[in-house]
Amino acid sequence: MFRNVQVGGLRYILTRLLLMIPTLFLVMVIIFLLVRLLPGDPAIAMAGDRASDAELEAIRERLGLNEPMLVQFWLFLSNTLQGDLGRSILMRAPVTQTIFDRLPTTLLLTFLAMLLSLLIAGPLAFVAALRRGRIADTVIRSTFQVGLSTPVFYLGLLLLTFLAAGLHWFPVGGYGDTFVSNLYHLILPAMTVALYTSAIIMRNLRSAVIEVLDAEYVQFARAKGLADRLILGRHVLRNALISTVTLVGLSIGNLMSGTLVTETVFAVPGLGRLMLEAIFARDYPLIQGLTLTFAVLVSLVFLLTDLFQSWLDPRMRAT
Amino acid sequence: MTDSQAASVEATVRRRSRTGQALRKPGFMIGVGIIGLSTLLAIFPSVFAPYDPNFIDYNAVRQPPSWAHPFGTDLLGRDSLSRVIWAYSVNMQMAVFATVFAFTIGVVVGALVGYYRGVADMIFGRLVDAIITFPFLVLVIAVVAVLGPGLVNMYIAITVVGWVYYARLMRAETIAQMGNDYAAAGRVMGYSNARIIFRHLLPNAITPVIVYWMTDMALAILLGSSLGYLGLGAQPPQAEWGVLIAEGRNFITTAWWMSLMPGIAIVLTGLGFSLIGDGLADLLRPRG
Repeated sequence: MFRNVQVGGLRYILTRLLLMIPTLFLVMVIIFLLVRLLPGDPAIAMAGDRASDAELEAIRERLGLNEPMLVQFWLFLSNTLQGDLGRSILMRAPVTQTIFDRLPTTLLLTFLAMLLSLLIAGPLAFVAALRRGRIADTVIRSTFQVGLSTPVFYLGLLLLTFLAAGLHWFPVGGYGDTFVSNLYHLILPAMTVALYTSAIIMRNLRSAVIEVLDAEYVQFARAKGLADRLILGRHVLRNALISTVTLVGLSIGNLMSGTLVTETVFAVPGLGRLMLEAIFARDYPLIQGLTLTFAVLVSLVFLLTDLFQSWLDPRMRAT
Repeated sequence: MTDSQAASVEATVRRRSRTGQALRKPGFMIGVGIIGLSTLLAIFPSVFAPYDPNFIDYNAVRQPPSWAHPFGTDLLGRDSLSRVIWAYSVNMQMAVFATVFAFTIGVVVGALVGYYRGVADMIFGRLVDAIITFPFLVLVIAVVAVLGPGLVNMYIAITVVGWVYYARLMRAETIAQMGNDYAAAGRVMGYSNARIIFRHLLPNAITPVIVYWMTDMALAILLGSSLGYLGLGAQPPQAEWGVLIAEGRNFITTAWWMSLMPGIAIVLTGLGFSLIGDGLADLLRPRG
């Protein structure tokens, strides 16, 4: 079945990678313009209020602030591509290093949250779709509708109060030292994000499953007298898997927004919490670097989603 | 009866039956009820609030709910119920101001780009790709970081990012509508581009965008209160649900009511808007 995939697949991967270039270029333009919108001297903004004249001059030199805009953008672009995002005022260290120190925490949290939302949304979406219009469907959908209206920070605070502070099932916050302890600390924050994103995934997945159930080939399989279990396994599950992958991939932005808030609520030392610390410290190099990091992470997930999707359904490659 | 009269009668009958359908949907009616009540609280908070929301009483600090203070009091002895009610005017305002400009800009840009296509459309396409690459909250927070915290800057930040989502939807709908005969007929009749876009295409293409607007209002309240909680939106001592929850955060095990009650208000209002959105989506869905 996958015999011819290799050649066509390789070309698809290359085209898809090339398409990322203009997008990431515009992402850089947006981030570049963002800090240029600041009132006053960008050098002071980038180096902090207490910077010495020599430091300011060094910043002006590095960013080319005395040069025209286009030259400044070129410098920003080439610095960034060389991994030089400037120095963080808050951390007194290179921005790149600061971000790499915190990156694993946020990646682990995002991965856990993604896994949990799939575990919650997947089975429930199937139950709701198969029992469409019955009590189970109504109960599942109403619960998730309430979930969609609950802000992540509030949900996090509730879970923290009842499960961590009240019942002592989980730590109240922080991250721990060993990997096992990290996982234990991240369960509650991940659950918080997952409850919100699973509501989005459940909703769309339910419609997707219903669409497959109503499709002609499923009706035909039924008319042919195939057992329900077989129809579900062979036709519905496989097709719904494609929608699930797409949905989870596209929810990555929501997931990351959620992570940013949960990290603050649970005092998890990841990129989201760092972003807020950077904002309150007016640490613009760090804000710039973090914004870029989030964008790159999302575009990587979009890429993986597309590739996985085309592997599952070769028709997608035509578009 | 002339044809046009017959058509208008038929239209009225159809409209009535659609309204009838809406009235029979419990979800939609619950949504309308919640939002109606919330709007009342938002416009006349002083009528409903039992106390001055900023009245400080050091003799009644962090009191649990009682008949005198149904939602308890906060760390300065202010009446929590009154503060939650006064916050309605701020948070309901968010649903409007954080979305209405994005909606307007998005509809106009989307219609124009969808109609003319060409280079502008290509640039627009790349811009959309770039904007959706940022997690929504991250970009909004980055813009707030540049402009400084506060309600007005928060509205600007959400608009700067949010219009793209409206424009993307409007563009797709406009292109879909252009395939219909009436659009070609307009051109054959020699109507100006502006007339075809704004009098003919826009009214037909806007329905899904309005449905999205309703859901976006729910999101705006969630987003606005999140920014308030994080200290980037409304600033204390202003009564805003996110700010109120943040004020109660450190006392949550002893004075749980401070944070619990404003949260319930957020969930209810968000639910109201999304129920209306779902109802409208069902109601306005074209059927063959």
